[in-house]
Amino acid sequence: MSPWTFRLCLVAVLGGAALLSVLNLALPETAAFHVPTYAISLAGKYLSFAMLALAVDLVWGFAGILTLGHAAFFALGGYAMGMYLMRQIGTRGVYGNAILPDFMVFLNYKELPWFWHGFDNPAFAIAMVILVPAVLALIFGWLAFRSRVSGVYLSIITQALTYALLLAFFRNDMGFGGNNGLTDFKDIFGIPLQESSTRCGMLIVTAIFLAAALLVARYLVTSRFGKVLIAVRDTESRTRFLGYRPERYKLFVWVLSAVIAGIGGALYVPQVGIINPGEFSPANSIESVIWVAVGGRGTLVGAVLGAVLVNLGKTVFTGALPELWLFALGALFILVTLLLPGGILGLLGRPPRRPKNVTPAAEPAE
Amino acid sequence: MKLLRCLLVLLALVPFAARAQDDPYAGFSGGYEDISHAIEALALSGDKRAVPIITALQNGKLYVAPDQSLWIRQDDDLLNARTGEKVAEEPEDLKQVRVNNAVRRAAEAAMGSLDLFSPDPATRAKAAEAVFTARDPAALPALNRALAQEKDSSVRTVMEQARAAVVLAVPDSSDTDKLAAIAIMAARGDLEAQSQLQTLSQASQSPAVTKAASDAVAAMARMQQIWALAQGVFYGLSLGSVLLLAAAGLAITFGVMGVINMAHGEMVMLGAYTTYVVQQVLQAYAPGLLGASLIIAIPLSFLVSGAVGVAIERTLIRFLYGRPLETLLATWGLSLVLQQAIRSIFGANNQEVSTPGWMSGATQWGGVTITYNRLYIIVFAVIVVGALMASLRFTSLGLQMRAVTQNRRMAAAMGIRTPWIDALTFGLGSGVAGLAGVALSQIDNVSPNLGQGYIIDSFMVVVFGGVGNLWGTVVSALTLGIVNKFLEPVAGAVLGKIVVLVLLILFIQRKPRGLFPLKGRAVEA
Repeated sequence: MSPWTFRLCLVAVLGGAALLSVLNLALPETAAFHVPTYAISLAGKYLSFAMLALAVDLVWGFAGILTLGHAAFFALGGYAMGMYLMRQIGTRGVYGNAILPDFMVFLNYKELPWFWHGFDNPAFAIAMVILVPAVLALIFGWLAFRSRVSGVYLSIITQALTYALLLAFFRNDMGFGGNNGLTDFKDIFGIPLQESSTRCGMLIVTAIFLAAALLVARYLVTSRFGKVLIAVRDTESRTRFLGYRPERYKLFVWVLSAVIAGIGGALYVPQVGIINPGEFSPANSIESVIWVAVGGRGTLVGAVLGAVLVNLGKTVFTGALPELWLFALGALFILVTLLLPGGILGLLGRPPRRPKNVTPAAEPAE
Repeated sequence: MKLLRCLLVLLALVPFAARAQDDPYAGFSGGYEDISHAIEALALSGDKRAVPIITALQNGKLYVAPDQSLWIRQDDDLLNARTGEKVAEEPEDLKQVRVNNAVRRAAEAAMGSLDLFSPDPATRAKAAEAVFTARDPAALPALNRALAQEKDSSVRTVMEQARAAVVLAVPDSSDTDKLAAIAIMAARGDLEAQSQLQTLSQASQSPAVTKAASDAVAAMARMQQIWALAQGVFYGLSLGSVLLLAAAGLAITFGVMGVINMAHGEMVMLGAYTTYVVQQVLQAYAPGLLGASLIIAIPLSFLVSGAVGVAIERTLIRFLYGRPLETLLATWGLSLVLQQAIRSIFGANNQEVSTPGWMSGATQWGGVTITYNRLYIIVFAVIVVGALMASLRFTSLGLQMRAVTQNRRMAAAMGIRTPWIDALTFGLGSGVAGLAGVALSQIDNVSPNLGQGYIIDSFMVVVFGGVGNLWGTVVSALTLGIVNKFLEPVAGAVLGKIVVLVLLILFIQRKPRGLFPLKGRAVEA
């Protein structure tokens, strides 16, 4: 996490987004360097995923919490945004109901469920994007860290958390559109969503949020707080014996990470145009961990790099050789953990401090 | 004048009407009402020829001669209805017996009560059951006669119940009859009887009958609650044994070895696909053995999954000992590869795995329906876990496994080849997962995603029971199964599952090391 990679990353994120937007808007569609609008949305999607990866790296790389449920926070942020976008559709839905979204008319809802109130207000929706993941993370983290659930156990219950949410959101009576989720959005903050300029605007906004999140995360992990956090990651009990309260440090970074993931989700939904319960699936969470591992755990920049590269690979692979994508992804998991513990950034010759999650003296498999 | 003629006709009919009383074959020449009565009388007579005669009437093949004799036309022949014999010479002036809707109804009802006299006990029981549900007072005389000559005790019971239902349905039966009937209905004790008694307890005039009926209803409701409880326990045990099978292998690899094998579900899937392949091969080369396909599949899937497990341990997991989180990621990647491999080979669709005849069907045990496949899975789970425990406890391999997990260096110093034991232990856990696959192929879709559905549940079972403790796994699987099944009617299947997950998450906060934690120094390692 040397300064130059970090700066390069910031420049690449912001400059890349700006460049793509210019190439999309300024050039005619026939030009050789014209970037089609779908590519803009794809780039926006990658950057949203990069925020999720950043969130994962913050807790896994710096606090040693291997989360297998971070996609839950991502999806919750996304749902909050999706609810706002649904309310924005207004009478333009298939059923033309001013208050009720289409799926509620379809499912015979008579009135808006209480938790949908307020989502027509963008400020409220944005507050919810932050608050819902934060509150869930706070409750979950407070319970888990206070009772010192750690390591694999924590991983498994984070996975159970997202699995439970997956099941819950699949239910039609939950009032979140069930299996189909929320989709068919028309506009955001009064601007039509399908316009190329809106797409470019969203990509740039995503890039700015990602850059901001990178800066916040970097500030945090290089501060004194971050040093304690790394101490907690490496030897939690020793840090405790030195008089620190590891659970507080973990809880803070856990909640912050959930908020970053939630914002990522909120940016993801308008660019992809749909949010459905599939986003909660444990596989998604685990995939986000591999993005971090590919890029380099505990480097922040690596998370962004990994998320973009793996998703780019996914787009290319699933387009060209759909059969092979899972083989490739699976192999990536295996090879990176076996051969590339430092990720791509580790390969670059400037090895990040190699994260240690076991004391070398520990006996294997006991 | 007209009136007089009518009277004359009536007078002329009197002898026939009188004859209708004793001769069951009479009365078919009159009006529709007469014919209906004649059918009833014929059915009540218990005459052996009643069935063909009424069937013929229903089909429009029944003819009546001016002398009231009945004839049945069958293809080109004419049969004497009374004897069933062919006649060479056709009587003159045959008239088809007329049929309208009322007559058809009478014929149908008559056929129903005639079934009460069928030589086949099952048909008799079925007919009595029909009377029980219909509660038609008209069936009472036939029922009484059938009851008088019934020898089969189980059919007799049904008939008595049917009679009780009819007695209760007739408003002017005496109170003593009704009380006796209530007792019979209470003994029957099913929902139908309960609803009939329920109506009675509200409608009856007599206080004694009302009280008896409502008491019986209350008693039946209590019984049903108990049976429902028993049924719930059975379902819960069945789900629990499925969970147990899926988690037993994990209890070895995760619980005993401490390896987080996210590809565990795929070991289960491999077992299920082995079963599928065994059935396909048997179908092609030895169809006679198809009934034993599961028995053949059991050792094979153990070997297939076990071999894959050993291979995984040798090529992947042994490099990752002591790094649980990396193991988790690598094995997850492995699970993706295995899923895609199976999908590439067999296709993404569900494969058809047939259930052998001896495993399908159900039996009734009191108020509990026991389906054979669920029962066999419970038995299978017991056998598998028993064998697993025995092999850990009593075989030298089990001894070495326990030695290695308890103190690797000491075990090595005693001459145990620890890498070899690691591989075998992992193979054993994977093999048990393969066995689970054989069982799951019977109740779940055999698809590449089969394993994924069980991985979280299995981990929850192992963690809930206490890592490293097989008995804990057993208790926790059965507990979770039963809790799940009892939450289902209250909260719905999905919500019930969510509640269980949330409860588990909370439970792990309270007791991070499960129900039965291991004690001692190994805990902190």
